[in-house]
Amino acid sequence: MPFLKFHYKPKNELEAGGRTAALLQEDASEPEKTCPNCHKAIPLSRLWSNYNTCPCGYHFRMGGRQRLRMLVDKGTFRELFAGVEGHDPLGFPGYREKLEQVQAASNETEGVLCGTARIGGQPCCLFIMEPYFMMGSMGTAVGEKITRLFEYATAHRRPVVGYTVSGGARMQEGLLSLMQMAKTSGAVGRHSQAGLFYCTVLTDPTTGGVTASFAMEGDIILAEPGATVGFAGARVVEQTTRKALPKGFQTAEFLLKHGFVDAIVPRRDQQAVLANLLQIHQEGGRP
Amino acid sequence: MSTPAYDTVRLARANKRPTGLDYIHNLCADFFELHGDRRFADDGAIVGGVGHFRGLPVTFLAIEKGHSAKERMARSFGAPHPEGYRKALRLMKQAEKFHRPVLCFVDTSGANCGIGAEERGQGQAIAENLMTMMSLDTPVITVLIGEGGSGGALALSVADRVWMLEHAVYSVISPEGCASILWKDAGKADEAAQSLKLTAKDALELGIIERILPEKELGNTAFYTLLADLLEKELAELQTQPDLLERRYARFRALGDPMPQGKKEP
Repeated sequence: MPFLKFHYKPKNELEAGGRTAALLQEDASEPEKTCPNCHKAIPLSRLWSNYNTCPCGYHFRMGGRQRLRMLVDKGTFRELFAGVEGHDPLGFPGYREKLEQVQAASNETEGVLCGTARIGGQPCCLFIMEPYFMMGSMGTAVGEKITRLFEYATAHRRPVVGYTVSGGARMQEGLLSLMQMAKTSGAVGRHSQAGLFYCTVLTDPTTGGVTASFAMEGDIILAEPGATVGFAGARVVEQTTRKALPKGFQTAEFLLKHGFVDAIVPRRDQQAVLANLLQIHQEGGRP
Repeated sequence: MSTPAYDTVRLARANKRPTGLDYIHNLCADFFELHGDRRFADDGAIVGGVGHFRGLPVTFLAIEKGHSAKERMARSFGAPHPEGYRKALRLMKQAEKFHRPVLCFVDTSGANCGIGAEERGQGQAIAENLMTMMSLDTPVITVLIGEGGSGGALALSVADRVWMLEHAVYSVISPEGCASILWKDAGKADEAAQSLKLTAKDALELGIIERILPEKELGNTAFYTLLADLLEKELAELQTQPDLLERRYARFRALGDPMPQGKKEP
């Protein structure tokens, strides 16, 4: 597997060369996107046919449904718990309106997609968190759906594959969000004690309460190249410590070096790697 | 304009409050401290050890802020590093092995936020504690005695009973952090504190804790005697529960189901 070298991620468009997508489109025949890593413009069609990655290896963010199409065998996905929707348990100012807005804009009911599917022929339970739904933050609905998925997988003796992307616990649901960390961990624990396999794929960004619960509880933990993965936000760490952050702080490569992920797997290889890992952990080897 | 909730936050953070070790020494005459996570270091922000509580061997764990300026520095102001959580985990597994109950006293603004903490897997350390505590086969009681700051507090609060002091707070994020993220204005912390529902009364109403401990005699003998009586009674009850782990799972399972009215899918 090729090892991808990554440069710094630019924090804004100026850092990326000062060229905005809109400016580029004026003299381009096809809509393009500028890669924040190599600063080259890539036609969108080329991006989409290449797993939403740049030829230089940069992985653009990807919506849950798009990822699903890329990952699972055609026609095998059965969605579960789609009816579990976010609500406003605390009456937090502005939250109900925000939820309705996001639900309408994203066409999703909550920040995670759950179901059963086959990956390279291997049956599994699957969850994919949604970066375009309040940055995959974990409120009660996300916690409930993931808990139910693990309970379902335990009852049906299925492995679980989970794609994480999250800004952390959803603060508008207060303590109830925090409790989802314990609740999901309990369900992961029971699945694990039943001898079943759980593989997580950390994608950009996986932080806060999700890192500190089910994202880090996989038997095998994979990560996408360049993904930001951490507990505290990098800016908060910088402000608190008043120290310059080390190069590549909180990237997937940083976590690999420090021993917290098993492997970094580029998107185009993920289906094959997961299918192989699921096959290796198939039941039936034991009496 | 201060809000009642933010007044409570100030009280919870007050320097003069008894800290974790004060509780341990008042509840246990022969406390013997055990150090280190057997992996990397010993974290002063978490104190752990064994001793007798009313004749019963127990494991004590406490997030310790310290009293003097020097001690507070040495204990990272009660913000544990991953080593602290791994030490706690080691001592909890030890308690399980020897069938001792675990008593935790929690007081932290949150898990340590720093380069070293991230390098050594703060998130992984907390996650492992949550998963292990959900199925730790011995009774666990946690008392939130001051600040219950997010995942850093939860990592010692996956318990059969969680109690809070009258003026303790328990929150997913600090009111300052919440205000600066949502409203780009840390000055609106008072408002955020109110909206976050972080007081003991709120937590009780949400079903997240079982009991509020009055602070009238805080720090006096009468206070510790009352606490000891309550803990002794509760431990006796938990020790006879044959389905302890089922109940602990159900306790957390019930929190925050957005569709509680029987609309469940198969």
